[in-house]
Amino acid sequence: MTARRSLELVCPAGTPAGLRAAVDAGAHAVYCGFRDETNARNFPGLNFDRAEMREGIAYAHARGARVLVALNTFMRVGAIETWTRAVDDAVAAGADALILADIGLIAYARDAHPRQRLHLSVQAAAATPEAIAFYRDRFGIARVVLPRVLTLDEIARLTAAAAPCETEVFVFGGMCVMAEGRCLLSSYATGKSPNQNGVCSPPSHVAYREENGALTATLGGFTIEQFGRGEPAGYPTLCKGRFAANGATSHLFEDPVSLNALELLPRLAEIGVSGLKIEGRQRGRAYVAAVVRAFRGALDALAQGRAPDAGALRALTEGQADTTGAYRKAWR
Amino acid sequence: MHGHLPPVVARLARTLPLAPLELVAQRLFANALNRRPSLFARLGPFAQATFAIDPVDCPFVFLITPAEGRLRVRETLGTAPHAARIAAPLVVLLGMLDGTYDGDALFFSRDLVIEGDTEAVLALRNAIEDAELDPATVLGLPAALCAPVNRIADLALDGARRMLDAPAPGGPRHAAPPR
Repeated sequence: MTARRSLELVCPAGTPAGLRAAVDAGAHAVYCGFRDETNARNFPGLNFDRAEMREGIAYAHARGARVLVALNTFMRVGAIETWTRAVDDAVAAGADALILADIGLIAYARDAHPRQRLHLSVQAAAATPEAIAFYRDRFGIARVVLPRVLTLDEIARLTAAAAPCETEVFVFGGMCVMAEGRCLLSSYATGKSPNQNGVCSPPSHVAYREENGALTATLGGFTIEQFGRGEPAGYPTLCKGRFAANGATSHLFEDPVSLNALELLPRLAEIGVSGLKIEGRQRGRAYVAAVVRAFRGALDALAQGRAPDAGALRALTEGQADTTGAYRKAWR
Repeated sequence: MHGHLPPVVARLARTLPLAPLELVAQRLFANALNRRPSLFARLGPFAQATFAIDPVDCPFVFLITPAEGRLRVRETLGTAPHAARIAAPLVVLLGMLDGTYDGDALFFSRDLVIEGDTEAVLALRNAIEDAELDPATVLGLPAALCAPVNRIADLALDGARRMLDAPAPGGPRHAAPPR
């Protein structure tokens, strides 16, 4: 097993090539999943088969990086063994930790593999000291991934209360304002969900139509967004759509912006957060390598007592709409 | 869209016969499939689909059907049956092939247009991302030549992208990723 660091950069790997790109760019750890409904990024062409997982873990370990295997959907009655077999296979492949959400699967993993390190997925939506303490004390959860709706002060209080359980927070990528693991918007629109099928706004139900330079994006037949000529486009995620309500048209639930908490790294380190998560297993390896390199540079600078070079990431995000999210409550 | 070839190049290309282009493109396509059989596993059922790859600054369109190892070149898409269309300037499409560009970022910035079966497009994008199709692999060159050829090709493509004011490689421009 590869050693953990005090402030670990946890990076996305949607494919074996993505894993190599993240590790080579300086990831301390990568997270990835099997090519099925056991993980919350069950998209066509993405993820790892069993052999690829073993090879990916060997590649990462040879370079001092850890691999966290996400098995973070909820088990379906009648197909429990799909999830329990995935736990067994991830452990056999040498996973440094399993990222789990389903309480039954957590119980199975703890009983079947008593020495395996377990993390609690953001999909479990554990956002109170009581919830975290339950998972920590009952199942020996070593780290909890916190929801993306907490302020820095709330994270500080939770991190103190969770000890010796570690906390991990998102620092870059897509935002989610919902109680993760309990969001039913995709189910309502398409019949498929991130929680059981591993797909938020499944591509099988996404359609784009371009007319006279304007782009219309629909999900399950619902129009989610219309982009004017030249206007930056987005994926038709229901919570980020533009809707007419109460006489006004707006991004009703959430603006389609990306989280960027690079400038908050010193404060997150001070709070005692252990994991810094970059979102984006569905993104290309060029993107992953660029973001990982920028964050790794910032963390190395921080470790040497220097201020992180915010400019490095600003160059990458030029023209992009980003936010420090709920951490400073600037975003609604 | 940024990265368009100069119109004079497109006009010249229009005078060339399509048959030799189809022959060469078919050869390159076969090389890629032979060298990267994992493409089929990642594509899954979408290997049966026909994709229209449309370099919008060129007077031709590629139609590929991975399961059949088939590539055709047409002057226009017309009514040719296809599951999805992926359209962008030629240097942008080449940059997606070799991993220079992030497909999501290109789509968000409107430098890339997709139409049709979104799931099939995503499967193809992810399969290509993992395949790491560098120029030497697509050309079917022996291992000893790969590094120098890729270096030269990277320099040439990088120069072409800058000359044509193509989108900057890499970074998460206009990123509004799903979820």
